[in-house]
Amino acid sequence: MEMFRRIFFAAVLAGAVAGLVASAIQQWRVVPLILEAERYEISEAHAIDHEQDATPAAPHLHELPEGMEPWSPADGLERTFYTVLATTLAGLGFALLMGAVSTFASIEITAENALFWSVGGFLAFSLMPAIGLPPDLPGMAGAELTQRQFWWLGTAFATGAAALLVAKLRNLAGAVIALVVLLAPHIIGAPTPPDVPADVPAHLATAYAANTLFSSFVFWLVLGAAYGWINRKLLAQETSRDG
Amino acid sequence: MNATTTTQSLSISQRLIAGSLALIIGVFLIAGTGFAQNMAVHNGAHDTRHAIGFPCH
Repeated sequence: MEMFRRIFFAAVLAGAVAGLVASAIQQWRVVPLILEAERYEISEAHAIDHEQDATPAAPHLHELPEGMEPWSPADGLERTFYTVLATTLAGLGFALLMGAVSTFASIEITAENALFWSVGGFLAFSLMPAIGLPPDLPGMAGAELTQRQFWWLGTAFATGAAALLVAKLRNLAGAVIALVVLLAPHIIGAPTPPDVPADVPAHLATAYAANTLFSSFVFWLVLGAAYGWINRKLLAQETSRDG
Repeated sequence: MNATTTTQSLSISQRLIAGSLALIIGVFLIAGTGFAQNMAVHNGAHDTRHAIGFPCH
């Protein structure tokens, strides 16, 4: 339990710090774009409502009849609160996952190697999934959701595995296998979206893709650095107690 | 038996238990915020799902 306590403590602290930093960047750079995009999505939904014969292709929260909509936070402070909460919880989740991988691979996360963990996490959970499935705004058509989720998770897993292979093997064979594993999801190919024009203006979508990647990158930089710093303190405490 | 040998002999099972616990809680949190099908959970975490780049709708 001693070891779990250390992982848990480091992950909760680092995850919370990184989650809150990411939340601030999201509120500044990302959420305004989501809100702006939703204006187009909602006006589109109303347009469909007015055309009696048209039925939406897929059920969506904005397109359900009134009175049947599930709970949703009220716009403003409540919505911001839940977004910050969810981002922080996701931050804790990523921190615990990183701690678990570090434990299984027996590579400690320290202040010295934190940058590698940050880059690895960013590649696995953000950049590599994003080159196949670019982060999309509300109101943009995508391929079937479960297919996208499956590809996203597979790509995250493959990218993480490739990074670990390089870190553990550190030889040419390891690097070649890692490259194959890394590229496999992209050679297989991500599910392709339907070829229909989106409701949202293109400039919102391009700004959105760049800014989500930016906020994720900062999240992973902070997470790695904070985790490494806290973990080094905890390891030093453990050593001084045991010795 | 001193503290160092105890730590070493328990190391592998300790690692497995600690890593698995962290993995389970971590996956639960990410699945809950990013992949849950429940509409109320989806709506609460909606902007986060988009902002992190999880496939959402």
